[in-house]
Amino acid sequence: MNAAGFPLLSLLTWLPLFGGLIIMFVRGDEATVASNARWTALWTSLIVFVLSLVLWVRFDPADPGFQFVESASWLPQWGITYKLGVDGISVLFVLLSTALTPICILASWEAITTRVREYMLAFLILETMMVGMFAAMDFVVFYMFFEGVLIPMYLIIGIWGGPRRVYAAIKFFLYTLAGSVLMLLALLAMWSVAGTTDIPTLLHTQFPASMQTWLFLAFLASFAVKVPMWPVHTWLPDAHVEAPTAGSVILAGVLLKMGAYGFLRFSLPMLPLASAHLAPLMFALSVVAVVYTSLVALAQTDMKKLIAYSSVAHMGVVTIGIFTVNVQGISGAMFQMLSHGVVSGALFLCVGVVYDRIHTREIARYGGLADRMPAYALLFMLFTMASIGLPGTSGFVGEFLVLVGAFQVNFWLALLGSLGMILGAGYMLYLYRRIIFGRITRDDLRAILDLSPREIAVFAPLVILTLWMGIYPSSFSGFWDATVTAMVEHHQAALRAPLHLATVAP
Amino acid sequence: MNWILAHPEIVLAVCGMIILIAGVLQKRETFQLSSMLTVGAFLLAAMLVIAGPAGIGYHGQFTSDSFSGFVKLLVLAASTLAIVSSLDYNAHANLRRFEFPVLILFATVGMMVMASASNLMTLYVGLELQSLSIYVLAAFARDELRSTEAGLKYFVLGSLASGLLLYGISLVYGFSGTMQFDKLAGVLSDPTKVSAGLIVGIVFIVAGLAFKVSAVPFHMWTPDVYEGAPTPVTLLMGTAPKVAAMALLVRAMATPFGHLLAQWQQLIVLVSIASMLLGAFAAIGQKNIKRLMAYSSIGHMGYVLIGLAAGTPTGIRGVLIYLVTYVFMNAGTFACIIAMRRNGRSLERISDLGGLGKTDPVLAMWLTVFMFSMAGIPPFSGFWGKYFIFTAAVQSGMWALAVIGVLTSVVGAFYYIRIIKVMYFDAPEAAFDPRPASLSTLAAVSGLFTTLFFVFPAPIVGAAEAAAKVLFG
Repeated sequence: MNAAGFPLLSLLTWLPLFGGLIIMFVRGDEATVASNARWTALWTSLIVFVLSLVLWVRFDPADPGFQFVESASWLPQWGITYKLGVDGISVLFVLLSTALTPICILASWEAITTRVREYMLAFLILETMMVGMFAAMDFVVFYMFFEGVLIPMYLIIGIWGGPRRVYAAIKFFLYTLAGSVLMLLALLAMWSVAGTTDIPTLLHTQFPASMQTWLFLAFLASFAVKVPMWPVHTWLPDAHVEAPTAGSVILAGVLLKMGAYGFLRFSLPMLPLASAHLAPLMFALSVVAVVYTSLVALAQTDMKKLIAYSSVAHMGVVTIGIFTVNVQGISGAMFQMLSHGVVSGALFLCVGVVYDRIHTREIARYGGLADRMPAYALLFMLFTMASIGLPGTSGFVGEFLVLVGAFQVNFWLALLGSLGMILGAGYMLYLYRRIIFGRITRDDLRAILDLSPREIAVFAPLVILTLWMGIYPSSFSGFWDATVTAMVEHHQAALRAPLHLATVAP
Repeated sequence: MNWILAHPEIVLAVCGMIILIAGVLQKRETFQLSSMLTVGAFLLAAMLVIAGPAGIGYHGQFTSDSFSGFVKLLVLAASTLAIVSSLDYNAHANLRRFEFPVLILFATVGMMVMASASNLMTLYVGLELQSLSIYVLAAFARDELRSTEAGLKYFVLGSLASGLLLYGISLVYGFSGTMQFDKLAGVLSDPTKVSAGLIVGIVFIVAGLAFKVSAVPFHMWTPDVYEGAPTPVTLLMGTAPKVAAMALLVRAMATPFGHLLAQWQQLIVLVSIASMLLGAFAAIGQKNIKRLMAYSSIGHMGYVLIGLAAGTPTGIRGVLIYLVTYVFMNAGTFACIIAMRRNGRSLERISDLGGLGKTDPVLAMWLTVFMFSMAGIPPFSGFWGKYFIFTAAVQSGMWALAVIGVLTSVVGAFYYIRIIKVMYFDAPEAAFDPRPASLSTLAAVSGLFTTLFFVFPAPIVGAAEAAAKVLFG
């Protein structure tokens, strides 16, 4: 039995779905159903979050391997097991998912008025998929959750989205599916070599060098779309702009991390030769993403689109960090992912706050909000600074570590990567100036109200997290230090070892 | 011994005749009664299949093994689903005739014979029994132009395909001197005895059977016949005969012609790729949901053929699992299509589904499940069918086939999720008529199977594995 003494991860995974089932059977008139659905969803996600804190408390950071492992027989003859567990890389993502879900549900409390029952159901299913994906220790289980995410997200964008929601939803679905089916083939190819889809076994299986390149490219097709990396990022601005606020938060906060998590879980440790070999390609794509999308962000007139492009740039920093394959780089990438999850989620919520009041995301429609909404201006500033990477906020630590890691690889890589930070300061400050400062010119802005208590409750945990991560980063990085160190050592050993000696699976 | 081996078929045929006589003798309307009796006969036959012994009888013309058992159970399940779906449809379309279930029953007997055929002649007889019954079923709404057209078209083209098949059989017989599967395998194991005429014969046999599974380039009849036939008949045509014909194709290719893998493999690969491509692209422009399902079934048959093209037990296992998942999601989808009725009139346009998520959330939910499943999105059963098929392709090193397969599945996903888009994202149309319990049950059973397949896949996967191993000795 695992450290929790009971199948904690299964509970975290399936409890939201159970909550969803309860919501499905709620009866009554529309208002009753809506209110019951909201409360059930909120309580379910809060209970899941509280349970997930057990992971935070009982996780042993010194152990680089998987913990809280549980498994059940599924298709034993074919090497497929239902197996869940977390290690230093995945544990905080599970927590991120469980933490963001109640925030999202709270954020859509008043914004969503139609088909509330289905909306809450979709979010709970989404939570099941996210937690299950990060906790999966079997490739087939992983794949099931990884693709399963598409179902609720497609519906969330398509039903509750903006005017071009249909286009955005279908584009999101097909882009992501096209990538992940190629990963399915890679999965099957790995299975045919190793005879199992157990991730710890695959981590220690040496695949032939020529095969590694193809596998890597198949994984790249899947994860690059999810991250998203340039040039397959174009679904993201559309999806973000059209998705409801909470959908954007989850999309930016958790779903984008699935791609980078995939690189860390599969590409890098399982395919060390190909990772080393193709690292220049990854760096090139990442640098283009950082510089190009930052420039694109400068030119945006829609708030959500601007933040969406900034997400692509920030995730470019993450992929640079991952493929430096040194402790600083990967640590920085991990930190950047968590920080981006919190900060970009918060920024989308900030957009949602004014969108709920004025119903437009045009930057030009705003201006001078500092006068009417001082609390909002303060919050927005904090998250703007965090997004830029000001020391003392969470954004700084990740970018700094990634750049330290990148310097060890290549000077120009680090230089171009840091260009992203400068441009980031440019577009974020420009956005902030246009929205918050200046004079109020429009009548509807004069009557705008500052944050409601519910909104403050939504933002409070994000503020705390942003500052906590910025001021005392080691309480987070401590979780993955051992795992990342082991991964880097494993990678270097694999590169040193002659191939014919290492082909034997344990 | 012979009698015992074939007793499911014999009992079912006798039941059919009894139901027929009872129907003729009764003065009043007996559609419901004979439907119920037919379902009962299917259950009985299913039990006999499960309990029946394995072996070869009738001088090697009839084989009963775990492969045939697997296929027969699936065929019986599919026919049962078709009859359940017809209970309500026929009542509304004024097709309450006791011959309807009886014809389905005889088609089923034909399909069961096909599953057990181990002689080219048995194969042909089973196939014709099945086809003739379904020709009549397709034209069952005889006062309706589209239905008669469908029946006639199916009959003419089907006869052509039967002719091709028969011609191929005669060529194979002429060049090898036997029609027995095991003896053919013996003859063909010596490469020097394989003449060009025999290969031509095999090509004709494949062409004839490809017609029955509606694989490209023998698919032309499918959209028209699917559209014109009464919807329960379309449900039947989309499921049971496809399963039986595919089983026949698999057994014929794996057992007698197994040594000629290199020769027929290219053929199957080509047919498979063409079917997947056509199924994916031609369905995009469809406005009628029955036509869309026709193209979708062409695409699905393309995936199933990947498993056959692999030519390994893993491939055949994939074929069987895919067929199981396909039957249930297809039957469920057609149950939803039958439920599309407004003011007593059946509707078939995709746009009629507009806003179904609001007007009938339960039906919309099941249809969503089927569509995601057909698109191959986990955790639904359709994903597992594709998973086991692609496993076989990858294991056999057929990368081109696998890559084309997964990419066309993305194209196919477009039109499946478009239906979901119509149901949930578009403005609501007027609500459909209340659903009868039979259709709700059918949709729920198929939907639950599709949704929960992933929880306990092991028994079905295990049975498929055992069935596939039998063919390879």
